[in-house]
Amino acid sequence: MPMTMSQKILAAHAGVESVEAGQLILCSLDRIHGNDITSPVAIREFKKMGFDKVANPENVTLIMDHFVPNKDIKAAQQCKCCRDFAGEQSLESFYDVGRMGIEHALIPEEGLVVTGDVAIGADSHTCTYGALGAFSTGVGSTDMAFGMATGKAWFKVPSALKFVLTGQLPPYVSGKDLILHIIGMIGVDGARYKSMEFTGPGAGSLSMPDRLTVCNMAIEAGAKNGIFEVDDVTLAYERDHAKRALRVFKADEDAAYDETYTIDLSALRPTVAFPHLPENTRTVEEAGNIPIDQVVIGSCTNGLFKDMEEAAGILRGRKVAKNVRAIIIPATQDIYLQCLEAGFIRDFIEAGCVVSTPTCGPCLGGYMGILAEGERCVSTTNRNFVGRMGHVDSEVYLASPATAAASAVMGRIASAQEVMK
Amino acid sequence: MKCTGKVVKYGDNVDTDVIIPARYLNTSDPGELAAHCMEDIDKSFHDRIKPGDIMVGGENFGCGSSREHAPIAIKNSGISLVIAKSFARIFYRNAINIGLAIVECPEAAQAIEEGHEVSADLDAGVITDLDTGESFKTEPFPEFIQNIISAGGLVEAAKTGIIG
Repeated sequence: MPMTMSQKILAAHAGVESVEAGQLILCSLDRIHGNDITSPVAIREFKKMGFDKVANPENVTLIMDHFVPNKDIKAAQQCKCCRDFAGEQSLESFYDVGRMGIEHALIPEEGLVVTGDVAIGADSHTCTYGALGAFSTGVGSTDMAFGMATGKAWFKVPSALKFVLTGQLPPYVSGKDLILHIIGMIGVDGARYKSMEFTGPGAGSLSMPDRLTVCNMAIEAGAKNGIFEVDDVTLAYERDHAKRALRVFKADEDAAYDETYTIDLSALRPTVAFPHLPENTRTVEEAGNIPIDQVVIGSCTNGLFKDMEEAAGILRGRKVAKNVRAIIIPATQDIYLQCLEAGFIRDFIEAGCVVSTPTCGPCLGGYMGILAEGERCVSTTNRNFVGRMGHVDSEVYLASPATAAASAVMGRIASAQEVMK
Repeated sequence: MKCTGKVVKYGDNVDTDVIIPARYLNTSDPGELAAHCMEDIDKSFHDRIKPGDIMVGGENFGCGSSREHAPIAIKNSGISLVIAKSFARIFYRNAINIGLAIVECPEAAQAIEEGHEVSADLDAGVITDLDTGESFKTEPFPEFIQNIISAGGLVEAAKTGIIG
């Protein structure tokens, strides 16, 4: 039975020759992780299950990233719960303030998930690591607890959508524009329960940061996972990051896909998702005159060094518009340091931006950039649901780092081309 | 699983940020989470429901975050069953894992109206709108998932060694 790339990875981890869509399987896990919001619930459920010890402490990772440095007493209590558990269980892979980063940027950077792995995380954007050619998916806290206790998770084997990419991205167009375009095309439930598999010559032209951004938002189309074919870009990235052996899986030539879409990357334009769903996409040219109050550049979707570089290239020597607050959040300590060494932090501050320690804060309306009633934000984050970044009557417009930086300068939704001409 | 209750109805793409806004995720206390359930799209939610009532949604119910706080908030608000045209996948497995009863039934989710009295018998695979007398068939869960549901969720299933 021919299999998709995702199905092959799942079969290998279920210890069977082959699997087919719809089958329920129990898989062994290479990585189980949670954050300061989801782990306390998982720890409670783990204890309720009656377990004393996690099955494989070396495979369990806890990252404090959502509400740290602790935004209030309750957040502090949740981090303490995680810290105590990491101590009890002798988890080496515990990332606290000063060493942490936003989980989906930190995990590939640290080589905690590698090509060919099956990974679950109690955070929906765990689908990010498909960029490495791994099967990774978001689950809830009880699945995380079960994974910590047994080293396993149950899955319904997904069918898949195939995206054949051709051409190359034009200047100031990035992986974010590609994934927003796709979500606009298939809708927020267009890939529900399915894999999104990316292949073709255009896929090969995408950098690892672009691939990470694309897979990060597979969940925003309802997908179980997003995954890129393994190629030289993957192997080059893993040479610098992986500390374990890679396993390379490739879809069978005759694997069945529910749909195949061909996308010409050279035809893509800077794209924005209007409130209140990621599928409400328009090109920046179609956006019209939308004045804004805030810009956020960062998050698990767009907080990588390449994202910072794109933003700095536009903000350098320019000023953020008078009525706009611009918040820049490099996703990990290492990226922060690289930005410092490259001079980007100076560029950002001189332009009138604030630069924050790594945190998920504003993306989910936690802290560090909450919107008031009626305010609008252009953000490189991943969701623009009602009330996502603050007041129920505020608005979030999702865009790339280049578009967000250009919008900060212009004080309205604007493209980088307009600013850089 | 059998229940009877009055219906509160919502549209498509009810996301986890409106089920339980992230500003309340600094706690995992089920009662506190339930107190803020649905408040960003339905301020009167708690005034309109009583224990045992049934929630009806459209397509892609529970989309967005993996926060288990969402099904926990619904369950601890007293909702006995969520009927939807379709569920987002993480919400679907979270609901099964924590023991919140859910069922996909596009016909029932389309036809049943806000405020109607509805009874459901998931073992028999029937949902009935008691106000109109109309009945809808539901598909049974696969045996593997049925075992988790019968045990009362993944924690109980793991304890009893049904899976693992």
